[in-house]
Amino acid sequence: MQLTRRASIAAAAALAASLTLAACGGGSPSSTGASSSAAADNHQPLTILIGTSGEAETAAVKSAVAAWSKQSGTPATVNVASDLNQQLSQGFSGGSPADLFYVTNDSVATYAGNGSLEPYVDQLKNKDSFYPSLVKAFTVNGKAYAAPKDFSTLELVINTDMWKAAGLGDADVPTTWDQFEAVAKKLTTPQHVGLAVSPQFERLGVFMAQAGGWLTDDAGKAAANSDANVKGLAYAKKLLADGVMKYSSQLGAGWGGEAFGTQKAAMTIEGNWISGAMGKDYKSVNYKVVKLPAGPKGEGTIQYDGGWGMAAQSKNKGGALDLVSYLTQPDQQMGFAKAFGVMPSVQSLADQWKTAFPAQTAFLEGAASSKSIPSVAGISDVIKDFDSQLDALPTTDPKTILDKVQTNLSGLAGLS
Amino acid sequence: MTTSVLKRPSAAEARPRRRGPGVRGRDGIAGWLFTAPVLIILGLFLVLPILMAAWVSVSSWNGLGSPFQDTVKFVGGDNYAALLAKPGLAQTDFGTSLRNNGWYVLLVVPIQTAVSLFLAILVNQRVLAARSAFRTAFYFPSVTSSVAITVIFLFLFSASGTVNAIVQWLGGSGVGWFADTRGVVQQALGAFGVHAPSGSGFLGLTWFDWISGPSPAMLVFVVMAIFTTSGTFMLIYLAALQQIARDIEEATIMDGANAWQRFRYVTLPMLRPTTFTVMTLGLIGTWQIFDQIYVGSKGGPAKTTLTPAFLSYSQSFINNAWGRGAAIAFILFAIIVVFTLVQRVLLAERGSARKAPRRRPGGRRAHG
Repeated sequence: MQLTRRASIAAAAALAASLTLAACGGGSPSSTGASSSAAADNHQPLTILIGTSGEAETAAVKSAVAAWSKQSGTPATVNVASDLNQQLSQGFSGGSPADLFYVTNDSVATYAGNGSLEPYVDQLKNKDSFYPSLVKAFTVNGKAYAAPKDFSTLELVINTDMWKAAGLGDADVPTTWDQFEAVAKKLTTPQHVGLAVSPQFERLGVFMAQAGGWLTDDAGKAAANSDANVKGLAYAKKLLADGVMKYSSQLGAGWGGEAFGTQKAAMTIEGNWISGAMGKDYKSVNYKVVKLPAGPKGEGTIQYDGGWGMAAQSKNKGGALDLVSYLTQPDQQMGFAKAFGVMPSVQSLADQWKTAFPAQTAFLEGAASSKSIPSVAGISDVIKDFDSQLDALPTTDPKTILDKVQTNLSGLAGLS
Repeated sequence: MTTSVLKRPSAAEARPRRRGPGVRGRDGIAGWLFTAPVLIILGLFLVLPILMAAWVSVSSWNGLGSPFQDTVKFVGGDNYAALLAKPGLAQTDFGTSLRNNGWYVLLVVPIQTAVSLFLAILVNQRVLAARSAFRTAFYFPSVTSSVAITVIFLFLFSASGTVNAIVQWLGGSGVGWFADTRGVVQQALGAFGVHAPSGSGFLGLTWFDWISGPSPAMLVFVVMAIFTTSGTFMLIYLAALQQIARDIEEATIMDGANAWQRFRYVTLPMLRPTTFTVMTLGLIGTWQIFDQIYVGSKGGPAKTTLTPAFLSYSQSFINNAWGRGAAIAFILFAIIVVFTLVQRVLLAERGSARKAPRRRPGGRRAHG
């Protein structure tokens, strides 16, 4: 009896093991087979995975893709991800990712690093029409992995009613740090604070850029604890200490835009997505967007870049390539801009965009002096850790924080 | 040996010799047939994934294609070393998550055990009116989805939520307290002028970081866990309480024990196996907290609600560091096993512990 039981267990285990091996064996050849026959068949259906900002964006992307589908004869489906990074990872590990998807410049290196992304940008006919800084933001180890689709910059958003109430005029728009501090002081009243920002590097970092610093130096090496960065962060700390700037979390707001929209702050530093929030949730607040002040080393801001990533495992790379060039052409991008307010990634549209959105020209003008987060794998963890330390900025020496960021940055391959 | 009973009636005929082993054999086949669905399901969905994860935790798999293809290399303990031995961000994050979850376990397990026992004793009273109504009410949070409860708590604790309204009405200091990233022990020490000293530590955190306590946001998760799980454990305790025969209670009353003595020296020792079950289930559940964090905070504010289970998920799915994510899961598994064993030793029935209840009430009677 003992023997039978053991034998049966062994048999069951063997059966299970062979089943698994069969399943795995079935998986890998099919995925390799797919990539070799990729360019051959341009009529395989495409799937597109997007992380959307709302219904307007979903509808605009869907109708653009449907138009291309009709024109090319290739079926294409747009899926909206509830958690883009997670769904992408599932697709890559399962061997059936979406053919095209949104990527951001801080996650492109993670996917490029493990071979999930196709470096297709060189094959695009319109590759020279993009802003060079955007293409650079998606370049990892010399290869451009994603065609830029749009970008955003951070600028200064001012509540015009509070501005007037504080006795300030058009000429008072700050252009230097000293002026900025002075207007923030004037705008601080018992009812509201002068400036509110989200407690994260991707807001306070503008001061580091204006002081001439950044996470990396010109050679692309980690340089978080440079004197310029210390200076930038020390300026932010001074604003906090003087009580003219507060974190949105201190005001009970989820982000700077909420603190601004609920009129707890007269100014905030946000990107062009704020126009959507203002139009939807805070219609009664009058505001305008101006450029951030220049620091000791001139103007500087942070830029976020969105692009189209293509899966290396895609079964129809030819079709996907065609779809990307269709979606990134100027009139499509202008359509997206009108539908959900993004800034187009092609240079030729700059003037047309400024005419269409005169209130937001500052955002586009910021592109000239803006910096992107370095595209190396693991950067988002370092930024997250930086953010968690910035909470303690009011009571911590900026150099201590930046030293720790430098240690973390140096641990990343490609920055040390 | 057992089949001899079966054999006997048919012993006179020629068949039994063939049939004897036949019955046994058929029994065996039937047994395997009946257990096969469970064995296959457990094997496919439990044992195999565990073995695969064990392989991933010592491999260089980066999330592209199958983890069993040729390009995936064996890297030994590298993934574990990054978490336990090598100073860096991965280690600090892991240390932070252990610190957060450690405090969570330390607070939730004893409190929820005590609360559930208290509730069970309450609803076990024969004199209590509307007993089943109370039982249902206490058990209700347990049958509600943890995601739904988390969302409700998000509303309650939002800047314009009920809790903040009450805090402000009582003259509290506004809404910043919930976003405070310092631990409550640290805040208390800060009130006495003690500030974070720098110095050596463990897993990338200074000793002060380890004792600084849970952040206010983590405390909310503690309250939520106690609120949601006490009902389940109350049910387990209630079942155990109803197993205790009434004569024992009557006997102790005859012996002159008062209510507290009856509870302390009779009921509680008799509930010892149940307490072990409740605390073990509590330990496992609390070390694995994930859904509330995923829905409620994603580890924020400033990583103070980061837990190993959530870190394992984010390392795997967001950073594509699958090996490290799997390694975290296995370390977590080891922690849970160690805690359970320690607790087993602590709660083990000792020979002397059994005598104590009888002696004390008896002694009391002699005095009175």
